[in-house]
Formats: sequence, C-alpha cells, structure tokens
Amino acid sequence: MIKEKAAQLLREGKVARVLGWEAGEFAYDLTPAYFETEEELKNLVYNEYSGANLSKYLIAASKMEGVTLALLKPCDTLSFNQLLNEHRINREKVYVLGVGCKGMKDQNGELLLKCKCCKGKEFKAFDEVIDDEECRNVPESDRFEEVRRIEAMSAEERFAFWRNELSKCIRCNACRNVCPACSCIKCVFDNPKSGVAAKANTDDFEENMFHIIRAYHVAGRCTDCGECSRVCPQGIPLHLLNRKFIKDINELYGEYQAGEDPEARGPLTNYTQGDAEPSVVRERSGE
Amino acid sequence: MQMTQKEWKPKIVAFCCNWCSYAGADLAGSSRLSYPAEVKIIRVPCSCRVNPLFILRAFQRGADGVILCGCHPGDCHYSTGNYYARRRMTMLFSMLSFLGIEPKRTRVEWVSAAEGAKFSAVMNDFVKTITDLGENVKLGDLRCKESLK
Repeated sequence: MIKEKAAQLLREGKVARVLGWEAGEFAYDLTPAYFETEEELKNLVYNEYSGANLSKYLIAASKMEGVTLALLKPCDTLSFNQLLNEHRINREKVYVLGVGCKGMKDQNGELLLKCKCCKGKEFKAFDEVIDDEECRNVPESDRFEEVRRIEAMSAEERFAFWRNELSKCIRCNACRNVCPACSCIKCVFDNPKSGVAAKANTDDFEENMFHIIRAYHVAGRCTDCGECSRVCPQGIPLHLLNRKFIKDINELYGEYQAGEDPEARGPLTNYTQGDAEPSVVRERSGE
Repeated sequence: MQMTQKEWKPKIVAFCCNWCSYAGADLAGSSRLSYPAEVKIIRVPCSCRVNPLFILRAFQRGADGVILCGCHPGDCHYSTGNYYARRRMTMLFSMLSFLGIEPKRTRVEWVSAAEGAKFSAVMNDFVKTITDLGENVKLGDLRCKESLK
C-alpha cells in the first residue's frame, strides 16, 4: 500500500525521491534510505522495526533538488513540526506521507521507549495519510515515573546513579547526531575550546557536562522521541535527562509539547513576569 | 598534604551584569562595605549572556560556588534579558540538583546599582554557605580528589 502510493507519486513526478527504510543485515536492523526509482523502491521496508525518526534527514533533503517524500509516523511529525518551527525544513520541498504505527520494537522484540508512552495516533503534519485503522493501541503509562523515582532519591544516591550511568559514555556522539532537535550546523561540542571536546583527555565531570549540555540545548524543543536512548551503544538512559527538563517546564511554565504547534514559542525563548525564581530549586530539594 | 578546614578557602565565581550588579559591587566598594576576597567577579554585558556552559566550566576549573547577579526582573538594561536568564538558570539548577549536586552551590540574586549593601550582604552570605558546604568534589575531576565521603 505504502509502496504503491510512493511508486505512483514517483511515476507522476510529484516527488523526486522517497525517504524510508531498507532492510539491513538482520531483520531488526532497518536502515533509513533514499529511493529514487521504482526499481529501488522494491527494497523499501516498513514494519515494526521502522523505529528511526526520519524527520532530521529532511533538513538535508530540503536542500536537494526536487520534492522528497518522507514516511513519517505520528510521533515523527512532532519532530518535523519542531524543525519547521525553527525554519530548518522547507515545507514545500517535503511531501509527508503519514504512516500508521502500532508500536515499534527494538532488537529484542520489546516496545521502544517512545512507544511505551505513545503520544497518540494523530498526525500533526501530513500531506496524505495511509493508516490501517485496527493497527494501534495506545498504552497507558506515566512517562515521568522513572524521573520521579530518581527525584525521590537522596542527593548522594542520585549522584551515584548518574556517575554509574554517565561514566559508561564513550563520547561517540550518536545521541547528538541522531537527535532531531540537535540540528546546529556547527555544534558547540565540535569546538575544541568547549571543554568537552574529546574522550581521550576527559575527566569525570566532562561526561556529566557533555550530557547536561546536550540535554539542555534541546530543552523546550525536545519532543521526547527517545532516539537518544535508542541509539546509545552503552545503554545510558539519556531520555531521563530530557524528560526531567520536560517535567520541570511543564510544572513551572505550563504544559508544553514541542512540535504540537509549528507557530508556538518555546518555553525557554519565552517568559512571563511572574516566573519562579531559580531559588525554587533549592526550596524544592528541601536542603 | 591534607588541608584542614581552617586553611581551605572556597573559590567563588560571581557573574555580574554590567549595568546593575557590577555597579552595585562598585558601590559596595566605594561605600567601604566589605565582601570576601574569595569572590571573583566576572563582568558580563547582561545576566542572559551567561551560557549554562559558563557555569559548568567554572565548576570544572575548580570553582566551589557560582553566583549570577543581574538587574531586578523588569529593570533589565535590555528590557527582557534577565527574564530569559531566570528561566535558563532555573532549568540548569534543577538539572544539577537532579544529578545529585548540592543546589546551594549555585545561586541567582538580583542586585541593582543602588544596592551596594545588598551586594555585600549577598556575597558574605554566599561565601559562608559555600564554606560550610566545603570543597566542590562532585563537579570537578574525581580522579584528583579524595574519594567521596
């Protein structure tokens, strides 16, 4: 169905290429790929392992000749909208084909993090939707449960927890590279003077610093797509840092879902006169 | 050599906005109000010039406490800078606390150019807080430090 539609649009010349997934070495190992002819399109795969969020590829695709057809799942359209908001994607260069999703799986056959707290079946941006009705059930869950559990720990326990997790980091930068919100052309971490340039001469705090800043730079723009944790080769629960920011923003500045509205002003580029003072952190911690 | 609490002096970095707090520090000086010599002032054009990375790097390079001073909300020389700084710092401090770092090590205070006395009082209080907290171990290079108690 998706293939037919894509082939038809290619044939009609409405799109110049299709952005989707092709089979990898293993069944679970689908790779994002461009398809430019109907012949190539035979390799297009869309199944329960198509978890990757393709919206970030559209920044590059916007600069290519012709229109790109992108297969986006409902939650991917949030990231897409957020990039539109930041003027990183040229909407006219993209044909969004919304594709239904019943929850994506990782290599162990388990639901991906983002699917465990699915953000619903609504497409926030699309040109066309192919969605088989029976396919989705949205699981009920509290996405901040784990964040609350860590908040309830003592400061020493939290420190130990994060040292334990973040010291696994090998600074492969996969979390940064995959993140649809991390879209700077020149990243602060590529600056050798940033203080967090390389693993070779890293110290303990540098790992913390890298991850604080990584999460901080997408605070208010993170759609909670969970790609950072999905790609982490060391299995660090990086999404918890992002969710902590989302939780704080929701509590202090009102509920906000990045990407919901492509015109919205993000919480960290906005203010009200009655905002909480930073001392609220000290008061909340009770120290 | 083990340093005793008496010998140890904290290193405090104070980011002060050019228009209010730096002038406030100046007034404190010209009014002969004292504030501790441990406070090292860095002048910034506006409190919102302070990138979260500045604060983290100060800690990385050995600061024991970092304080950001700016104009009172509503009085920013650039109209709205400190409103943005306020949100940013709230988020950053909350994250540091989430990572198990003492929230007392970081602070934001609004000090106007006329508040020399407040500047002096804030700095005295902050230095006292940090001296009581002790050396910044968690936010530095753990390899060079005594193990966490």
